[in-house]
Amino acid sequence: MEYSFDWGTLARGWPYLAQGMAMTLFLVAVAMVAGILLGTLLAIARVFGPKPVQVATAGYVNLFRSVPLILTIFWFYFLLPPVLRMATGDPNLTVGGIYSAIAAFTLAESAYYCEIMRAGIGSVRNGQMHAALALGLTRWSALRYVVLPQAFRNMTPSLINQTVALLKDTSLVYVISLNDFLGAATRLAQRDGRLVEMYLFVAAVYLGLCSLGVWLVNFLQKRRTQAGVRSFS
Amino acid sequence: MNYSWDWFVFFRQSVTGEGYYWQMLLRGLGWTVLLSLCSWVLALGIGTVAGVARTVPNRTARIVSGVYVHCFRNTPLLVQLFIWYFVVPELLPASWGDAIKQMNPLWNQFLTVLVALTLYSAAKAAEQVRAGIESVPRGQVHAAMALGLRAAALYRHVILPQAFRIVLPPMTSDFLNVFKNSAVALTIGLMELTGESRQLSEFSSQPFEAFVAATVIYMVVTYAVILLMRHIESRSRVPGLLGA
Repeated sequence: MEYSFDWGTLARGWPYLAQGMAMTLFLVAVAMVAGILLGTLLAIARVFGPKPVQVATAGYVNLFRSVPLILTIFWFYFLLPPVLRMATGDPNLTVGGIYSAIAAFTLAESAYYCEIMRAGIGSVRNGQMHAALALGLTRWSALRYVVLPQAFRNMTPSLINQTVALLKDTSLVYVISLNDFLGAATRLAQRDGRLVEMYLFVAAVYLGLCSLGVWLVNFLQKRRTQAGVRSFS
Repeated sequence: MNYSWDWFVFFRQSVTGEGYYWQMLLRGLGWTVLLSLCSWVLALGIGTVAGVARTVPNRTARIVSGVYVHCFRNTPLLVQLFIWYFVVPELLPASWGDAIKQMNPLWNQFLTVLVALTLYSAAKAAEQVRAGIESVPRGQVHAAMALGLRAAALYRHVILPQAFRIVLPPMTSDFLNVFKNSAVALTIGLMELTGESRQLSEFSSQPFEAFVAATVIYMVVTYAVILLMRHIESRSRVPGLLGA
């Protein structure tokens, strides 16, 4: 091994890297919150909706789950601007890469979160819904106050796992040259000719962040088994 | 502003002289299928070894495979790919690194993606195999040991045949993930299906047709795999288990 390491580029470039990390975390936060909200609505529609709605949501979920995320990002990056131009009639309209990425991740992740929430709703016993309706709750408040809280509780580990996957997937915005953590690191590394140190550092940071998520999942599952509740993930 | 749809674009010659546009998509699909099949077969092998190693009594084997699985599951595939492509050749002995850099670029790209995708997918497969092994009732292990089977025979004849049949359904979605993940190849210049569809959209200025075609191809292949696996699953179901 004759490579001589020089970690100075990290020390000099950390403000730029921090900006990249902020962008990554921003993408994760937005896609997680919007994705879980939309995914939960989709799951409700898929379980309780009328037949045509069930078929439509199933189609939506299968579409997003069967194409690579990179292709989804390309759809929104290359196809969203012309669609919006046609819709608004404004020929000069542009969509920033960040908005394309947010749209792509929110919609794609909502398909994955939908499957998790559907399993979560399925893990709540039938009797709970019947009892809530018998007590005079409307269908909506039975969902809101009885079924969904239990579904969320049962599915917390899976939701965290999916969010860890989302954190890893946000690195794919590299393909549209967005300045996320990996993008910032790449630019810095190419400027200084220090790809080796930079990519090893990037891998270590992602490993640390994802390990936090894994540790949290293990902690929650251990606590649940101790409490004697069957774990569902 | 109006978009003029032209579905016959696929039957026109590429402006860069690479043949017809449909040939570009077909070539891309070829790379995608080749990559995902090769890495899935290799990943199954490595994943089985790593998954078994996590359950054996030997402490060193458990720790090594545990560290491998943790590290490769918890870093982005794209970062791993860049490490294999940009970092590893620098850290190898100079003669090896030079040999890699002087390779035919296409082979270099293909082998790099193959290594990255295989090791990433093998870590996931290892987790499935481990879960399958742990779902085999302990009584069977004790019974096999009481009958005088050694560790190798125990895994070979009792645990693994059942474990594989139990984890077949999750393995299907793992394979589909490999198939989708192979799209990262375009970041180092290997033009698989997603990469070719982007090129097609740029060369022909018909982005909608290009991306719709790629989407349809991905969905068709995914659906075909699901149908095939559903058939295999129904044939290999372990009798007496619910939904397994």
